[in-house]
Amino acid sequence: MRHVAPTPPRRKLRVATASLAGCFGCHMSFLDIDERLLDLIDLVEFDRSPITDIKHCGPCDIGIIEGGVCNAENVHVLWELRANCKVLVALGACAVNGGLPAQRNHLDVGRCLTRVYRDRAGAAVPDDPELPLLLDKVRPLNEVVRIDFFIPGCPPSGDAIWKYLTDLISGRMPRLEHPMLHFD
Amino acid sequence: MSDDATFMLDGRPIRFVAGQSILEAATAAGTFIPNLCHHPEFKPHGSCKLCTVKVNGRASSACTTRARAGQEVASDTPELNRHRRTLLQMLFVEGNHFCPGCEKSGNCRLQALAYDLEMLNPHYEHFYPPRPIDASHPDVLIDFNRCILCALCVRASRDVDGKSVFALAGRGTAQHLVVDCPSGKLGDSDFAMTDKAAAVCPVGAILPKRVGFSVPIGERTFDVEPISAHAAHAAETRG
Amino acid sequence: MTTNEAALDTVLADLLARHGRDPGRLLQILLDVQARFARVPPEAVPKLAAALCLPIGEVESTVEFYSFLSRTSVGEYRVLFSDNITDRMLGNLTIFDHMAKRLGVRAGEVSDDGLVSLDTTSCTGMCDQGPAILVNGIAVTRMTLRRADQVCELIRSRVPVAEWPADFFRVDHNIRRADMLLAADFTPGSALKAAIGLGRDRFLEEMRISNLRGRGGAGFTTAVKWEAARNAAGDERYIVCNADEGEPGTFKDRVLLQYYPERVFEGMALAAYVIGARHGLLYLRGEYLYLRPRLEEKLTELRALGVLGRSIFGVDDFAFDIEIHMGAGAYVCGEETALIESLEGKAGRPRIRPPFPVTSGYRGRPTVVNNVETLAKVSEIALNGGAWYRGYGTRQSTGTKILSVSGDCARPGIYEYPFGVRISQVLEDCGARRPRAVQISGASGQCLTPREFGRRIAFEDVPTAGALMIFGDHRDMFEVALNFARFFRHESCGFCTPCRVGTTIQAKIMDKIAAGHGTQYEMNELEHLHEVMRTASHCGLGQTAGQAIADTITEFRGDYEKRLARKDFEPAFDLDAALDRARDITGRDDADSRLVDEGWHARETTR
Repeated sequence: MRHVAPTPPRRKLRVATASLAGCFGCHMSFLDIDERLLDLIDLVEFDRSPITDIKHCGPCDIGIIEGGVCNAENVHVLWELRANCKVLVALGACAVNGGLPAQRNHLDVGRCLTRVYRDRAGAAVPDDPELPLLLDKVRPLNEVVRIDFFIPGCPPSGDAIWKYLTDLISGRMPRLEHPMLHFD
Repeated sequence: MSDDATFMLDGRPIRFVAGQSILEAATAAGTFIPNLCHHPEFKPHGSCKLCTVKVNGRASSACTTRARAGQEVASDTPELNRHRRTLLQMLFVEGNHFCPGCEKSGNCRLQALAYDLEMLNPHYEHFYPPRPIDASHPDVLIDFNRCILCALCVRASRDVDGKSVFALAGRGTAQHLVVDCPSGKLGDSDFAMTDKAAAVCPVGAILPKRVGFSVPIGERTFDVEPISAHAAHAAETRG
Repeated sequence: MTTNEAALDTVLADLLARHGRDPGRLLQILLDVQARFARVPPEAVPKLAAALCLPIGEVESTVEFYSFLSRTSVGEYRVLFSDNITDRMLGNLTIFDHMAKRLGVRAGEVSDDGLVSLDTTSCTGMCDQGPAILVNGIAVTRMTLRRADQVCELIRSRVPVAEWPADFFRVDHNIRRADMLLAADFTPGSALKAAIGLGRDRFLEEMRISNLRGRGGAGFTTAVKWEAARNAAGDERYIVCNADEGEPGTFKDRVLLQYYPERVFEGMALAAYVIGARHGLLYLRGEYLYLRPRLEEKLTELRALGVLGRSIFGVDDFAFDIEIHMGAGAYVCGEETALIESLEGKAGRPRIRPPFPVTSGYRGRPTVVNNVETLAKVSEIALNGGAWYRGYGTRQSTGTKILSVSGDCARPGIYEYPFGVRISQVLEDCGARRPRAVQISGASGQCLTPREFGRRIAFEDVPTAGALMIFGDHRDMFEVALNFARFFRHESCGFCTPCRVGTTIQAKIMDKIAAGHGTQYEMNELEHLHEVMRTASHCGLGQTAGQAIADTITEFRGDYEKRLARKDFEPAFDLDAALDRARDITGRDDADSRLVDEGWHARETTR
């Protein structure tokens, strides 16, 4: 992999990341950029992110979101990032088309809850307001808010993420081509 | 072949034999025109529309348009590629295409074309249609979620296997693949693993059972090279 | 074997015998099955497949393709409301809701007692006397709330449709302007005798001189088509009359078939004489089922007169007869190759062209497919000659054109004009006060605004298959485009990707805008979809499916914009409604169980 040194921006860009209905695999892959993390840290600083453990985000340049939207909480997180980030990047298969979680979409969510809690456990379906309510279908991010960029892949490789982000940070139109463009 | 039996494809002369379609001639010459429902062994179907080109300025399917001397054909243009990307996105949202869980990933022509045309997301609202799978056959699985209605299995079964196991039924987006037997289950039909129809699906809708990851992800046909380069190499090999 | 199955076997055996066990008559057999059982019973499919030596899949394919065939019962009485924009403008929805309430049945469903079902259907061709419905396939015109009550009462009392008041089924011709065709007397056989007098070649020459062009919309020169079919190799040739008048807003073929059938049939015989066809097929759209008995009688009369039969008017090698095939609710079958597929009993998916029907059409033989109006005009040329015919109309568009006028005007109906008539003239004649727009040639045609009313009806200016729908200055043109978008979604055959998926996405976007959730983003999407569908679709349906939207966006953007949300993005779906199911099961109603989109703009400003 050719190591492209990104053009540094005039100031460090603020980046937020979040994981919705996903497996954190995309975040792990993000960390797979390995030593390039050191390059990245010269260019950006992290706001809300599982990496920083900051719970809510302030104004950011780039928001990176992994996972699809499966419940009300996901929607709120997505709204927060959309409201605070200049550009939003959908990272990975679930964010892009719902991914594996969306394979529940042919099932009736009411029947799922009843089956799991009432029929099997003999308990009531929990009504605790702390628990986010499930949407009837798992959706990709762009069906809920405006998304500016997409990085498909399950997960996208560290190289693909690095290429895409450095394009973005350097102000180039980000592009993914063979062999970095992958849906699997 | 006389010199005048050529047409121009994106500014390059392509020689052809009388009776060849634009797609066949281009393929033989090692120039890739995106396509999904085409297969060199079967009658053209012309339904996927990925091979839409402009012939003397008029849009038509390269697979069903006869090559003629002097034609000016445009294929690899930003406008037509934008349309193709849209057509791919339509196919992706119409079905349930979850590549990470599909054994065909890496060998799938739909996916490979999406790579080639740099389709980064399906763009449109997903239909998420409920499409139960058919696992009734001992050797072959049909996952209707991935069917793109290209009718290759229909043609293979009818024209090569002489069985007509498959047909397309329904109208509009309700169109779907049906199996020729009273139960509608593949296991009750006379379909066999050795049928041509078992080997022509361009996506992961018709898959052999008990074959999984014998070639690892990342090392499959279109992981190794883009579909366009693959087509060009195939033409060289045929020489 | 159960009694039901025994009954089914008896019925099928009888039907198969009547249709000569001809697999090509599959659709006709299925229509009879549907009429008999109010559905196509699932057990019938493998039985028919076996009897006709067809794969089951192919029978399924036909069953599932046509709107008028159904796998589940549609009730003893199937009520279908024509849902063209003109029916909407005449208040069909109010009547629909009224009937739904009175009959206790919901749209698209069958009443619990299996008595009646209620649904909408594409334009039934009664735009000048709507709102119209079909009851068990038979047209009922001029629906009012009062008539709806009467219909409900008749259904509840289980009175057979054949015994309903005749006035319900009255279909007026509403001929408001008759010209060379509609005003002329005609003696059956006279045109054929005249052509025979000339001989095949000279009559074809007269046809060529007349420059008669197809009235179905494409405007192909009839003589050229005939000659191509005549010269094509084949042991058999066919004449097909395309009476699948499905284009919303068009009803002139219905009037011709009801009031001038001998003209149409004789036109077919004339074509047969020229090209050497022995068989003619009239493909009658299912919505015009009410015409069938009279047409069959007319055929019998013509046989008695010797216009049809063997050695017609003493010409030894001229034998010709006509058979009527029914359509079953599929607009796409108006496309000639889809129509041929349908005639062969299959799903009506347009074929790849070439080969064109003139070389390989019905059953792979040379086939001429002509529109009803085109064929009716042929007799004029036989009687009066090509030069006389050319005296009417314009140089490139000779003769007259019959227009179906509907919508906001005092005198909707049939208007025959020489080609070249200005649209403003038509509007004046029909009493259209302050028209805001005119939709020419149906849902797939073009939308014209007053500054274009000076244009002429002619192939070289404003071509039309005959529909002219008028929208007054109080009409909302978005509603018109929305109606058409839903029509195309319903009618797309599904063969090619751009039309199959594109018409659905397009209709979804239009629905989203209608619900007040559209933004500029959706407007851009509509334009792009139209471009892709127009460029890449297999047939005219998809190529024109976005035209009305594109036109109305250009001309009546305000009608869209007033519906747009003041945001740059709206979700693809109703977020809060997506929680309904989970809310319902958990019984929650707390604040966190709601997704109230105060919008991220609102959040941004409060931060």
